[in-house]
Amino acid sequence: MHDESLWLEIAWLCLLISLMAIGGANAMVPEIHRYVIEQRGWMRGDEFAALFAIAQASPGPNVLFITLIGWKVAGWPGAVASTVAMCGPSSTLALAAGRTMARNPQSRWRRVIKSGLAPLTIGLILAAGWVLTRNTVHSWADAALCAVAVAASLYGRINPVWLIGLGAVAGVVWGG
Amino acid sequence: MTPLVTPTVWQLFTGFSAVALSGFGGVLPITRRTLVEKRRWLDEAEFVELLSLGQLLPGPNIVNLAVMFGDRRRGLPGALAAVAGLLTGPLMVVLTLASLHQRYGHLPMVQHAISGMAAAACGLLVAMGVKMAWLHPKNPRTVAVALLAMAAIAGLGWPLLKVLLIVGPIALLWAAREER
Repeated sequence: MHDESLWLEIAWLCLLISLMAIGGANAMVPEIHRYVIEQRGWMRGDEFAALFAIAQASPGPNVLFITLIGWKVAGWPGAVASTVAMCGPSSTLALAAGRTMARNPQSRWRRVIKSGLAPLTIGLILAAGWVLTRNTVHSWADAALCAVAVAASLYGRINPVWLIGLGAVAGVVWGG
Repeated sequence: MTPLVTPTVWQLFTGFSAVALSGFGGVLPITRRTLVEKRRWLDEAEFVELLSLGQLLPGPNIVNLAVMFGDRRRGLPGALAAVAGLLTGPLMVVLTLASLHQRYGHLPMVQHAISGMAAAACGLLVAMGVKMAWLHPKNPRTVAVALLAMAAIAGLGWPLLKVLLIVGPIALLWAAREER
């Protein structure tokens, strides 16, 4: 179970990640996984995957996954501390940038950063998919469900929350 | 076109709460529809400008957008209200769900449901990566950088900081050569 004295450590981790978080919260899945599971052993892979699923099934920004990681590790103090630490530094930077940066999105260096970081972000998201798959897919039924979700979201215009609901129903039916 | 409306601090809180609580699997599309089309708080051009800046900066894109928009309309209190609105309601919901999971997670039926949900959520993330890679213009630079980042993390298990410090400069310098 969780240990509230860990809230400071999880907040510190989020503080560091906040300023490295190019591509948003989903791109941070591998780094969080590396720290909380491989390095600290705070939870199992299937617990990590369950938290990701709960965050996806809830309304709101993707960053809530990090709230749940903080909650799992250090309870309510961990949830609040990790959310504030994850959003604080980047928001301060956004505040400063919003006030000082030229409003011209076509300036050369903005184009360079955008075009340079885009493929890096894609690599991070693909790695996130890989990390999550390793922690989630343990059976042919899991693999089939995962494949259906990939196909439905690539070829259909279905709201993701319905796919998660479908996953819950399929899990219960298959699981007996 | 109806004229733009300047929201109060309280409206920034409730407005961002409303979009956050009705956005599943990412809040961005519903934010645009609600704030640009329905409430007329900003026009399309400003939305695109804030979004592109928000994506350039580290951190959650939608939070960055809320900070900058709130600040432009109502200064620091506006920025805080917008972010608080975006996070408070969803935080309550997600923690309630997680608490329920903790209490009832030992029941076999809940375990099966959660593992099914996890498989579907995993598929959504994989699809997101595939879609981004597919839609992005493919040239030697973008393919090489994406593969390099993926291999460093998924294959070599590098920490993110090391990836950013080594692959980051390559990505930026290569892009700078192209974007003359």
